[in-house]
Amino acid sequence: MLAATVNSETIVWIIASTICLLGSVGVVGSRNPVHSALSLVATLFGVAVLFVAQQAYFLAVVQVIVYAGAIVILFLFVIMLLGVDSQEDVWFVERRIWRRPLAVVAGAGLAVGILVTILVVTSQVTGTPSADPPSSDFDVANLGSVLFTKYVYAFEITSVLLTIAVVGAVVLTRKAKGAIDLDEFPPDPEADPADEADPADEADPETAAATVDEVAR
Amino acid sequence: MEHLIWLIPALPLVGFGIQLVGGRRLGDPRAGWVATGMVAASFLASVAVFFDLLSRSEEERSITQTLFQWIPVGNLRIGMGFLADPLSITMCLFVTGIGSLIHLYSIGYMKGDPRYSKFFLYLNLFIFSMLMLVLGENLLVTFLGWEGVGACSYFLIAFWHTDTANASAGKKAFITNRVGDWGFMLATFLTWTVVGSLNYSDINAAAVGGSITGVTATAIVVLFLVAATGKSAQLPLFVWLPDAMAGPTPVSALIHAATMVTSGVYLLVRLNPLLFEAGWANDAIAWVGAITALVAATIAISQNDIKKVLAYSTVSQLGFLFLAVGTGNYVAAIFHMVTHAFFKALLFLGSGSVIHGMAHDQDMRHYGNLRRYMPITAGTFIVGWLAIAGVPPFSGFWSKDEILAGAWSFGPSGKVLWFIGLVTALMTAFYMTRQVVMTFFGTERWREVELDPALAATDPANAAHADEHDHHGLTPDHEPHESPWTMTVPLVVLAGLATVGGVLNLPFADGLHFLEHWLDPVIVHPHELPAVPTLVVLAGLATLGALLGIVLAGAVYVRRQVDPSLIEREVFAKGWYIDWAYSWFTGGPGRDAFDATARFDQTVVDGAVNGTAALVQRAGVRSRRLQSGQVRGYALGIAVGAVLMVGYFMTRMGF
Amino acid sequence: MNQNSYLILSAAMFSIGAIGVLVRRNPLVMFMCVELMLNAVNLSFVSFSRSLGNVDGQVIVVFVMVVAAAEVVVGLAIVLSIMRRRPGANADDLTMLRG
Repeated sequence: MLAATVNSETIVWIIASTICLLGSVGVVGSRNPVHSALSLVATLFGVAVLFVAQQAYFLAVVQVIVYAGAIVILFLFVIMLLGVDSQEDVWFVERRIWRRPLAVVAGAGLAVGILVTILVVTSQVTGTPSADPPSSDFDVANLGSVLFTKYVYAFEITSVLLTIAVVGAVVLTRKAKGAIDLDEFPPDPEADPADEADPADEADPETAAATVDEVAR
Repeated sequence: MEHLIWLIPALPLVGFGIQLVGGRRLGDPRAGWVATGMVAASFLASVAVFFDLLSRSEEERSITQTLFQWIPVGNLRIGMGFLADPLSITMCLFVTGIGSLIHLYSIGYMKGDPRYSKFFLYLNLFIFSMLMLVLGENLLVTFLGWEGVGACSYFLIAFWHTDTANASAGKKAFITNRVGDWGFMLATFLTWTVVGSLNYSDINAAAVGGSITGVTATAIVVLFLVAATGKSAQLPLFVWLPDAMAGPTPVSALIHAATMVTSGVYLLVRLNPLLFEAGWANDAIAWVGAITALVAATIAISQNDIKKVLAYSTVSQLGFLFLAVGTGNYVAAIFHMVTHAFFKALLFLGSGSVIHGMAHDQDMRHYGNLRRYMPITAGTFIVGWLAIAGVPPFSGFWSKDEILAGAWSFGPSGKVLWFIGLVTALMTAFYMTRQVVMTFFGTERWREVELDPALAATDPANAAHADEHDHHGLTPDHEPHESPWTMTVPLVVLAGLATVGGVLNLPFADGLHFLEHWLDPVIVHPHELPAVPTLVVLAGLATLGALLGIVLAGAVYVRRQVDPSLIEREVFAKGWYIDWAYSWFTGGPGRDAFDATARFDQTVVDGAVNGTAALVQRAGVRSRRLQSGQVRGYALGIAVGAVLMVGYFMTRMGF
Repeated sequence: MNQNSYLILSAAMFSIGAIGVLVRRNPLVMFMCVELMLNAVNLSFVSFSRSLGNVDGQVIVVFVMVVAAAEVVVGLAIVLSIMRRRPGANADDLTMLRG
């Protein structure tokens, strides 16, 4: 596998993959969610570099703009809004102790399985491995024309999907009428969240009236 | 005329339908007239078919009419078919004829009963079932009728069911019959397996053709014997018949004298080619009949209830029929069946008339000298007495004598059977004479009855058609009355038939053997009667036996020369304790066995079912824990599943 | 560098992401691990596209990104609305789907 010649691509690969792996481990293992987000950014950059190495230039750019630039920012916004930068005890003892080892085993098994499958399958591919195709095949114009001819249905439907997602997000995050506004009544950090009753249970006219009165005042 | 065959059972069925829908509106007595009319019409239809058969030559006297395919399943093709041949038409004639007379009688007898129309509903249903039984072209249609008469006899015996004794009697009849039905069903299955068809023509052809081996034939016949034993009240399944006297008297007359109890004998005669192949089964039939006749006669001697005497007498006479069938003397069996129907129905209806006139008191010790008050009843009853006792020239003599003669020529055991029959005939004459003397002659014993203070409160006039029939209304100053014409006309008709019925098959010349020639196509192996001189001697001995019985009874009951209690032993009165033994067994060890079975059913069977349910439930509770609601748990499940799938694909790659 | 190395990397990232989803309880971090897995897949698509000379792989990657974006939007909206009511809740507390 590594019998290929050591050229510039190899070096790029080594560096970028190191970044990706370190970033991945960082995402999984950080206590602080903000640290996780930053590790994610690093990983995404590494992936973008790898895209460039494979001559998928357009995708690399899109990756940086959309993923690193928008999605991770979104994550950070939410983290900010909710103030969940509290440390999570990553190494807590699970209630079912066998879960964590099983998770690791599953993950490793998945990796091994996938790898072996792919490697075996690709080794059975007949025909000469083609040389690198001309880069014009992968340029934006070609990508665009394929997108709008062969995959036009999928394209349109994904647009609709995005619209729905936006609408959904707005609907989901609207404050319901009479709900307690967290800005007015910030939650008690000492309170055990499991004890807190569901706001729907507090449908007492009393409490609701009190709230409304407070707000009105 | 052959297409009228289906009318014969259909008309009573229509009558049943009418009673079902509008019986209560028709009321007393119109419902009774409608029912009687239906049965009388059925009788006319039977007569029409009879004449049709008569007009044909002997070989053609067998008409089959199939209404529709009843059960077409695979190889089993059972049609709802009727077979009209000499045997079945004979049965139809006397079932519908006597049936219509009894219907007429019931109009008067059941007058004033609150469930008047229901009685006729059941009666019509019964006639329908009996006709299906008799006209059936195959075993299954016969079984339909068989079960139908069993059910109707339950309904009718327990007609006054508010008294639990009557209800129990009905149940006893049905359950005892059921034991017999078990035999019927097994025999049917066996027949189907061997012959492949349930049609009588096929079965009999197979028997004649030799395709039913001796062992199989014997097995089938023995099972049918079990069935006949239940239905015709032979030992050991006769215990229901005396209890069945709890039903109204017309019921006793119709069902337990003339029709239902003869269906067992009919079945055996119908299958006579099969019987011929059956070897020792015939001996079994004959001996069952003989022993039953003897035992029942001894019990009848010491009964005090007027109907119970007749009940045991019926059992005894049915024993004679079985004796005839067992000795291969089928014509004599049918002959005696017909004459017995005449005189036994007569006797039962006569006793009903007496009961009616004596305010429903059935104890003969309270009777006496009733011929002064009920002359017609007395006269007809005396005719019946003479007929059953076997006094020539009444019909009973000819038929009974033919049976005894046939037994004599049956072989070595035949002589013994003949002797048993003779002794039974003697006892028959004895107890019937006793009954006649106690009822119609002598002192008016009810005048000496002490007035029970508890009964003084009840209104005697009320008891005329009371639902209970103990001596509620019998007071010393009671004046018995003759019954209305609806009751006496059937008595007279039956008395006439009982007198001249012997004409059916007189032994004097071959030309007079009407019944024998008539039944010839049905009976495959005619029975050889002894030569004429022997016949005359045997007849003389039989007559002597009858007269001896009468004289003895006279000596005991009229002249009081012998103490009755010497003869009326306790063991006879208690029915040789057979019934008591059954009750003890089913109540005692039998019940324990039943309880054990019930416990087994509860613990093992129910336990298995409930245990399975409990097991499933516990499994469900445990599986519930999979649904923890924890998303991460689910995710873990997905991951593990994905690994397994990848593993599977790896194995499929074959690397 | 041939294709296999990219695939190995992709597989490794994927499994690390999977382990992360299974082990972490903070919903946001779980989400990020899912993004990680998606990226791993993107990587392998692109490498296949390159080795097969087919641009379809890249088209799929475009779609994956679009869908990932939509999914993140909606998912975060859900997380937001839940976390508003119960601040400090984590994935283990959300047991409403309990049987």
